[in-house]
Amino acid sequence: MNRNGNAYTFIYASVMVIIVAAILSFTAITLKPLQTRNVEIEKKQNILASVNIVVPTAEAEEAYEKRITRSYAINSKGEEVSGEAFDIDLRREQIKKIEERSLPVFEADLGAEGLKYIIPLRGAGLWGPIWGYVALNDDMNTIFGAVFDHQGETPGLGAEISTASFQDNFKGKKLFDSSGEFISLVVAKSGENAPDQHRVDAVSGGTITSKGLQDMMYNDLLAYVEFFNKKK
Amino acid sequence: MSDKETLFSKKNLRLLTDPLGSKNPITVQVLGICSALAVTAQLKPSVVMAISVVAVMGFSNVIVSLLRNTIPNRIRIIVQLVIVASLVILVDQILKAYIYDVSKQLSVFVGLIITNCIIMGRLEAFALGNKPGPSFLDGIGNAAGYGLILVIVGFFRELLGAGTIWGLQIIPEGFYNFGYVNNGLMVLSPMALITVGIIIWVQRYRNTELVEENK
Repeated sequence: MNRNGNAYTFIYASVMVIIVAAILSFTAITLKPLQTRNVEIEKKQNILASVNIVVPTAEAEEAYEKRITRSYAINSKGEEVSGEAFDIDLRREQIKKIEERSLPVFEADLGAEGLKYIIPLRGAGLWGPIWGYVALNDDMNTIFGAVFDHQGETPGLGAEISTASFQDNFKGKKLFDSSGEFISLVVAKSGENAPDQHRVDAVSGGTITSKGLQDMMYNDLLAYVEFFNKKK
Repeated sequence: MSDKETLFSKKNLRLLTDPLGSKNPITVQVLGICSALAVTAQLKPSVVMAISVVAVMGFSNVIVSLLRNTIPNRIRIIVQLVIVASLVILVDQILKAYIYDVSKQLSVFVGLIITNCIIMGRLEAFALGNKPGPSFLDGIGNAAGYGLILVIVGFFRELLGAGTIWGLQIIPEGFYNFGYVNNGLMVLSPMALITVGIIIWVQRYRNTELVEENK
């Protein structure tokens, strides 16, 4: 067959593509369970990190079983609904109206430090999604800890939200003001005025990520306000 | 090449060893710099990246060399890209399954192995015209030359930037009490470029054949 002919070229390309596709799909399917497990373990590590428990990958599942005593889903009225909190896909829930969402809650028992309520968050940064977990004391007002992560924020700027030095600023901040009104937090630049207990310094050079994080906290926690008020 | 020539003849071994020194793809040919800057802030991702590139380059050189007499000339670059891209996806999937944390650190750079000009360069320059055995050695050699520089740069950037090697604290606590501070600049990519520059300088000082003559 003429190796420079069109027929040869077309057949060659087609056969090659089919072989390559078969090999790649086989690998993807074989490795899928392992990869899914890695993602689950990372999620458990993140949930634990929001209550300041940092564990290596190998111990994450054991620590999760031990510390996270209960997890359940609620609706925006604060009533428990059916559904496994760990498996709720926030991206899907956030498309729905607030009244129709299933909202996951994780309870962590820290012994002497008491019971903490962990709420997962998901929002938009500058380049892609950002997400995180915020842990509340049982007064349902004071933030006990928070972790954030991102898909592709700029390293050194927006990506700083995933560093401990940024996340530590959230500890001890309040979600409600003294009259009981829901404020959430202001991720503020230096010129911005906000009461100290609701204010966290923004990341320099990461304004859009910081504001995205502020919106994420406000929008996602707003759906939980009834639940918080019931528990207080 | 005569039929009697063995895989590990002197000439073939040079394919393996030259790229480590006088024909190094990074310090002499100045190829593949982009990923060398990006992943070398710590030693571990550097080593994983180096191994990944060795795997991709060794196999792609062999596969292209095996197919070299069948590849239609007009679509040869596409064929090469498909082969390299598939191997890179395989590596990426394996990293995600077995060393998830490192794969997160390397993020897009594993995918970008596809565009590493060293790989396409060796496929075009060597694998298309040589037998699988020498092509394999050539691929491994060039990838190792690339990896060697990555590991050296990663070693110094992690040591000076974070005081650790492979995540373990190396610089003793006492040094910090006497006012030693980690050099935050080392973690940023410009310092990778400077480190590569210093390696090139040392190499040319020792091997003057590499220095261009002033005309």
